[in-house]
Amino acid sequence: MTNVAKTDIGPPLYKDQLPEIIKNNYGQWKYHEHVKPGVLKHVAENGDELYTVRVGSPRLLSVETLRWFADLADKYCDGHLRFTSRHNVEFLLTDASKIDALIEEVEAEGWPVGGTGNSLKNLIHTQGWIHCHSAAIDASGIVKSVMDDLYDYFKKDDLPAKLKISLACCLNMCGAVHCSDIAILGIHRTVPKINDEEVSKACEIPNVVASCPTGAIRPNPKKKSVTINEEKCMYCGNCFTVCPGLKIMDPDNDGVAIFVGGKTSNARSGPRFSRLAIPFIPNEPPRWDSTVKAIRNLVELWVENARPGERYGEWIERIGWEKFFDMAGLPFTDKHIDDFIFSVPTFRSTTQFKY
Amino acid sequence: MAKKKRPLLDQLKEGKYPSFVKEMEKMAEKKPAVEDHLNLLERSYEDKTVHWKHGGIVGVRGYGGGVIGRYSDLGDEFPNVKEFHTMRVNQPSGWFYSTETLRKLCDIWEKHGSGITNMHGATGDAILLGTTTEHLQPCFDDLSANGFDLGGSGSDLRTPSACVGPARCEHACFDSLDLCNHLTQEYQDELHRPMWPYKFKIKISACPNDCVSSIARADMSIIGTWRDEIRVDQDMVKEYANNGKDIEGILASCPTDCISYDTEKKEINIDNENCVRCMHCINKLPKALRVGKEKGATILLGGKAPIVQSAFLSWVIVPFMKLESPYDELKDLLERIWDWWDEHAKVRERVGELIYRKGMRVFLKEVGLEPDARMVKYPRANPYIFWWPEEVQQND
Repeated sequence: MTNVAKTDIGPPLYKDQLPEIIKNNYGQWKYHEHVKPGVLKHVAENGDELYTVRVGSPRLLSVETLRWFADLADKYCDGHLRFTSRHNVEFLLTDASKIDALIEEVEAEGWPVGGTGNSLKNLIHTQGWIHCHSAAIDASGIVKSVMDDLYDYFKKDDLPAKLKISLACCLNMCGAVHCSDIAILGIHRTVPKINDEEVSKACEIPNVVASCPTGAIRPNPKKKSVTINEEKCMYCGNCFTVCPGLKIMDPDNDGVAIFVGGKTSNARSGPRFSRLAIPFIPNEPPRWDSTVKAIRNLVELWVENARPGERYGEWIERIGWEKFFDMAGLPFTDKHIDDFIFSVPTFRSTTQFKY
Repeated sequence: MAKKKRPLLDQLKEGKYPSFVKEMEKMAEKKPAVEDHLNLLERSYEDKTVHWKHGGIVGVRGYGGGVIGRYSDLGDEFPNVKEFHTMRVNQPSGWFYSTETLRKLCDIWEKHGSGITNMHGATGDAILLGTTTEHLQPCFDDLSANGFDLGGSGSDLRTPSACVGPARCEHACFDSLDLCNHLTQEYQDELHRPMWPYKFKIKISACPNDCVSSIARADMSIIGTWRDEIRVDQDMVKEYANNGKDIEGILASCPTDCISYDTEKKEINIDNENCVRCMHCINKLPKALRVGKEKGATILLGGKAPIVQSAFLSWVIVPFMKLESPYDELKDLLERIWDWWDEHAKVRERVGELIYRKGMRVFLKEVGLEPDARMVKYPRANPYIFWWPEEVQQND
């Protein structure tokens, strides 16, 4: 009989994964500096210096590439590396004289060093058509196209402030994008198609009815299925998550919505949601040209107009959203006005506004 | 067999940024499943839609989560991705790896699956993308034998994650890596065996910069802070000044106007009683300014993405808590919250939505937390005040 695998052992202990310099200076860091774009220097109380070289990655990585990262970490970093929450790879060096050689070697293979300080951060994103059943848009292809276009902003750090762009391929938001400077969100725009046979076989009707936030779904006892009130449906897809017989994907109508102005740090102003700027851009594989162009316009507008240190949302709050729509040349439509349960506090109840 | 042409995906091999298509092609040589995966994706690009079916229930012995079942709806045409399941592997705290650990993971995944990964998923796990049902258990056996374990999925505790913390950051107000590891180990059962109304996420940032965006992405957001005074090194202020740093310009963005710069003395003065610990000045002048010494965390609850009642940012429920191993106060609170949520929530109701439905008043009382003005942005404006029975005179 083969041995039964141990369960509940938990992840590898982080302490065993740390390089010596971090073990020696754990909790003893004094300050850090930005050496140049993509390179950070952390100085410990005892004067030890740690250099971080940040490399952007498309998140989807082959084991071949991971092994190459390991080779680089063995060569330059005493056999340790880390990843960030935004899918970067960070090489941790103690010898400053090796930084340029590492960067040269990494970039020769087409991997960009950057993403620190006032730069465009690496794009976090979800699975999209690579591996998800409810995606309204692809993730990796749009991210690749946007990053190709905004590549220089990742490589430099002279933006007004940091810029975080994020993508979620449907509004389940596995990659919660709702507090990003610019959020790219896959949306559905049509009512789920009811496959009565599949609903009756695969779905628990009470759960399906309860899943609908607007009460649009009712039981259809004759067919052991459900009906959907089209006027009430807001295309959230929550019913599809609990019931495969309610397919919500619609290639002719699914696409991109763009939200702007969110943040999560507490620096200066508090965390805040991103707000709708562009309600719909059609899916345009393989390069999503309209989406890429729209995002470039949004970024350039902020770069030209924000004061030093202002995040996207801080800039808009200062000038006012009505001004933002004017400056961006974006039409303000009925789609921009919230009509879900927390809408009322977003309506303007003052005579203070701009023309 | 001749390779299929992929004119659409080929366009994503161009451009300066690293190409995920090239990453997949690196494995397609060795793995027929990845060749089929690419061809299936090309079809999605033609059709402008997904070709994956709704998940299926697959897993490994003893666990209810950690594996996401995935089947293609074109399985007959692309047989090697007919079954193409995801395994979530719990990451080491802070996403640090020795190259030995990383190579082990690569070898196991090349042996048992596609060799395609996500480093990492949004929850924090290393995502192993694509294998068949029959490979799941052997893959898990090898993972376990080499010191890895699966992360959470479904209605369970999702894999906690943490910022880099004291490993490489001077702002860390507590040991985010140790806390993350401690909670992960303490709650292995909750993580591996879904038995709650819905998912519960914990994310840990060791200072108010919140580098893992815990406030937006976690049911419980643990965010480092301090209670005493910002530490000022006036010598370093002078060094910044002498190097031409625009100190006044930086301090002008202080949200409470509690910090000032004496241009003659080249000194910074802080009215700490009015500081809200936003981190702005510390971020911009890290050599001169440091977080205080009386450190801990603010505990916030309820954060989530829009499904279904709207997105919430987590709300303050404990303004300040000391966080030192074994974290009994935090774990005690967490378990009281889970008990209350488990007892009262509807199916697929996140804890934030339950608080919204029941009222913060009820939540605080039932989990035993005292109301605090730091919990709200504004006090109530409406007059619909609820009273507990003992607070009013009972008429017969």
